[in-house]
Amino acid sequence: IEPSAIMYKSTSLFVIFLSLFVVSEAVFEDQVGKFDWRQQYVGKTLFAHFDSHSQTSKKLFLATDKNIFASFNSRTGDLFWRHVDKAGPEGAIDILLLHGQDALMVVGDGRLLRSWDTNMGGLNWEAVLDTGSFQAACFVAIQDTVKHLAVLKNAAISLHYLTNGHQKWVENLPDRDTVQYQAVYSGGEEEIYVLGVVPNSHLTIIAYSLEDGEIIKQRSVEAPWLSSVESSCVVVGQGMLMCVDPGTLALYTLPIQAEETPQFSQTLLQSLDLEVSPGFQPVLVSSQPHPARSPISEFFLQLGPHHHVLLQLNGDGYTIAPLRDFQPAFLVSFATTGEKTVAAVMTPKNETACAINLFSADSGRRLLDTTVIFPLDLNGGKPHKLYVHAFLKKDDSVGYRVLVQTQDHALTFIQQPGTHTDTGTYTQTLEQLFGHNDHRYVWRKKGEACKPKNTIPTVKHGGGSIMLWGCFLFGIDSKSGSILWKHYLENVQPNAVFKLIVQRTTAHFPHPPQCTLLIKDKDTGLASLHVFNPIFGRKSHIALPVLPRPILQSLLLPVIDQDYAKVLLLVDDQYKVTAFPSTKNVLQQLQEMASSIFFYLVRSDQGNLSGFRLRKDLSTERIWEVVLPTDVQKIVAVNGKRPNEHVHSQGRVMGDRSVLYKYLNPNLLAVVTESTDTHPERAFVGMFLVDGVTGRIIHEAVQRKARGPVHFVHSENWVVVSSSCCSCSSCSSCSCCSSSNSSCCSCCSRSNSSCCSRSNSSCCSRSNSSCCSRSNSSCCSRSNSMGLPSGAILSLPKMFLDPRRPEVVTEHSREENLIPYAPEMPIRTEWFINYNQTVLRVKGIYTAPSGLESTCLVVAYGLDIYQTRVYPSKQFDVLKDDYDYVLISSVLFALFFATMISKRLAQVKLLNRAWR
Amino acid sequence: MASVPRSFLLLSIIPTILLLCADFACCNTGRKTGDGLDTDFSGFSVPLEHSFEVDDVSRFRVRGALQLRGGRETSVSLSQSQLSEEDRNTLKEVAVVDGLYKIRVPRVSLTDRQTERQMDGYLTAFVRACSLVESHLSDVITLHTDVSGYLIGVSIVTIPGACRGTEVEDEVDLEAFNTTLTIIAPTNAPQPETALFIERMDIEHEKRGKPQEQKSFFAKYWMYIVPLVLFLMMSGAQDQSGGGAANGGGR
Repeated sequence: IEPSAIMYKSTSLFVIFLSLFVVSEAVFEDQVGKFDWRQQYVGKTLFAHFDSHSQTSKKLFLATDKNIFASFNSRTGDLFWRHVDKAGPEGAIDILLLHGQDALMVVGDGRLLRSWDTNMGGLNWEAVLDTGSFQAACFVAIQDTVKHLAVLKNAAISLHYLTNGHQKWVENLPDRDTVQYQAVYSGGEEEIYVLGVVPNSHLTIIAYSLEDGEIIKQRSVEAPWLSSVESSCVVVGQGMLMCVDPGTLALYTLPIQAEETPQFSQTLLQSLDLEVSPGFQPVLVSSQPHPARSPISEFFLQLGPHHHVLLQLNGDGYTIAPLRDFQPAFLVSFATTGEKTVAAVMTPKNETACAINLFSADSGRRLLDTTVIFPLDLNGGKPHKLYVHAFLKKDDSVGYRVLVQTQDHALTFIQQPGTHTDTGTYTQTLEQLFGHNDHRYVWRKKGEACKPKNTIPTVKHGGGSIMLWGCFLFGIDSKSGSILWKHYLENVQPNAVFKLIVQRTTAHFPHPPQCTLLIKDKDTGLASLHVFNPIFGRKSHIALPVLPRPILQSLLLPVIDQDYAKVLLLVDDQYKVTAFPSTKNVLQQLQEMASSIFFYLVRSDQGNLSGFRLRKDLSTERIWEVVLPTDVQKIVAVNGKRPNEHVHSQGRVMGDRSVLYKYLNPNLLAVVTESTDTHPERAFVGMFLVDGVTGRIIHEAVQRKARGPVHFVHSENWVVVSSSCCSCSSCSSCSCCSSSNSSCCSCCSRSNSSCCSRSNSSCCSRSNSSCCSRSNSSCCSRSNSMGLPSGAILSLPKMFLDPRRPEVVTEHSREENLIPYAPEMPIRTEWFINYNQTVLRVKGIYTAPSGLESTCLVVAYGLDIYQTRVYPSKQFDVLKDDYDYVLISSVLFALFFATMISKRLAQVKLLNRAWR
Repeated sequence: MASVPRSFLLLSIIPTILLLCADFACCNTGRKTGDGLDTDFSGFSVPLEHSFEVDDVSRFRVRGALQLRGGRETSVSLSQSQLSEEDRNTLKEVAVVDGLYKIRVPRVSLTDRQTERQMDGYLTAFVRACSLVESHLSDVITLHTDVSGYLIGVSIVTIPGACRGTEVEDEVDLEAFNTTLTIIAPTNAPQPETALFIERMDIEHEKRGKPQEQKSFFAKYWMYIVPLVLFLMMSGAQDQSGGGAANGGGR
């Protein structure tokens, strides 16, 4: 008894010791930002305003499609503050208006009206608006002071005080079933005009009294050519409505206030010597510098993609005179300072640059010394929108600053004077990554893979990562987060899906590393390949295979050609296989091993999983089929194992000295389904483990009363599934499955003895995404990374998800290092690997092994990008930060010299003794 | 010694073959005969088909009939015929070229027979023909159902599973299938186990709680207080005696 008792004691001590290890995972204060970086983004800019409150202000205000209201430093592009609202249409920003220090915002399709203090970013007030979908809003001024905001909805118009958001009056709109009310206009008078249209019939103008919301006058004007006020009409000059009709190619003008004019007056474009590009819908641009005054009488008419004309409405209100023709001109914009209104025009200069010039709005003359050069990045997309802020210089001339939004949703701030006082692109081009709602970007991190093998250890965490958004491919330094290169992909459909494949790493010098991007159009299924060097982003000039048929599946084989590139197989909709690269050598190898190449296809719309085998002539035969009826459950996710995954250890010694072997099937697929029945009592989440070669269902489990969104991690011999349970809204449950199998034979003929154990714990928080840590040879324990909605990234040690955790602690389980089962998963703040750096709206987490065994690189992406390292088993192979090199080396030297001296002394002593 | 059970097996198979012939007739006339019996869950039968061809083009033939019984307890049984001489030879040939032996069953629902939804398609599985031959036709067929009783998958493995290249000489070995048949429904994943945990916590609390019942301050810390007091008393006494001695010396 005695020795075992001692052993028991020592093991329990060991457990405590280990648990201490697990717990003490945190960074020191001076390590903040040393191993990690975070980039905060805002999305695609919808509204942008300069802070015109003071001349020297450096603030910029943006509202984006990601429901974010943010303020930037215009000189550096740094984020002052940002407010992230609810995702989806509930938090969508309908309009952003700036008045003095206040920013007014209508949110959620007319649900809320908010006023922000632009200095601090604090909320002044918030008012709940009546129901109805938002149409338009404008400031209303009385006697040169802006006091109210008019909000037009499809059924009502309301007037709100700017000081506190209280509603002054609200009026229902007449005939709202037939008339589409689309615009509201106030020119500083006592009336507000609401413009509505019955498409292709007539225009309705209603004037409301500012005081009490009474309808002063109402009239309708024949306009059979008009379909939308919003897209084809602007207000110009002294309350003249100016519309353009692409059908008759004419401009129509109508005084809004005057009652005596019963109809529009028509001016044919031809009479002005103007011609619209074929197929182009002409666009009008006007400017109202101050809400208390009427808009300026000059306006732009866009006649073609690169053709703008500056026009002026004469004092009589009917004759239109062209002031200046701008062709070619990419973008135009008005800006006002004091009494002067200028027009900024961006014209192409040469292949790589654009010039921006200022023109006087009332004469169309070019202002001297106002040229600014905007360099065009061929890989960055074309300029998309121009925001101009004009100001008066000391000598009373007009100076200006420009904000250029390009197609990649990057913002560039250019300041006059000077040719290009560029101040860095806003949030470095990348903010747009998250500009689109669908996750169309792919992440691939290559820690060591992209670095030459013989790099010194200090840069082992280096390497690049590639990310993709829309048509742009980025290479990002994983050490600092800076963009190394970017590439514009041509001819990519907006709904394309991507897959990134590493065909060759840097290990094969002098062959450059090679990545292949598979781009597939979601509608047609047609695919194309983009092959590039991941280090420099250069497109490689390899002959690409012709892919005339839709591609269903891609498969990266471990087979390499004579250039050390792994072979990629593409399966088309006739189940024919195309190999890339398809040299003779590769085809020969494929023929030899054809009978051992299997692949699977999943059709989630039909609930169908099927397996195929490759034939020697590169055709295929269907060999198995599993069908999950779609009226019961639908497949939401299928996840195989990573081809390069290494396994921790094959077996595990149990408390009774027997060995539990892991069921390590490299072909295992985890299939997760959700029930079509969403009733809380009957909903379920199904989990299937299917062998991808034989189609055998190895395990089949159902989590009752659970529903998605489901996130799961499949690695080694376990699957962690997190779903939310129906009874408690914010509860995730994690089941873990580990199976053991003692027989190991070929994959086609496994015997039937696998056993699964499961356990379930509830976590207090829903997870957004999850991923598990990986290391080079998997000697370390694993931990699961989960993104929480609060913005934290939780690194949950695998130990806490072990399905073999005992309910009652026994000696055996203690010896095995199993912690006792607890139904609730603890969330400790030390486990937040991003400490206080909130990462919002995490959509996915990607992990990659690094060159060091102990270290795993983690990237969380979503709205922000966050990269850090995790050490699931502590840094056993890294010297401490505060390791004292000086002391160690001085001691070494001292010892060395001491040895030398004592040797000499000993020699002398020996000599002396010999003489004696 | 081995021939005795084999001949016994043969004997027992002959009636099943006869039975099967009748069964096939049922199958051919469709499921309608089965439908009439559905109300009392007396089961129904679906064909189990197999295919093994040298050129690997699937040509499915009937191998046997699966008797499925739905309801509260699903059960399944299989009646199958022997392989014909021709089939045996084909199977051997397929095994030599490392072809596949495939089986398939139609997609059916075990429970919901009334609605008789037309489920098109089959569930297919395969095993290497050589392993089937080397295992002397002993195989394990597993049918998987989903929560509502639909068949979603079928799998076949042979025992032993591997192809070792041993020649099967005896023709008798390849005549009759030795099939183990199981049907597996999804298991329920566990819910968070709170009851046991709370119980355990309670026990631990009790263990800890009992000895620490309302002890007064003195009762808890008497072991510190008493020595302290004693020490103070002693030192005080020493002081006095020491002082006395000094005074004595002065005199």
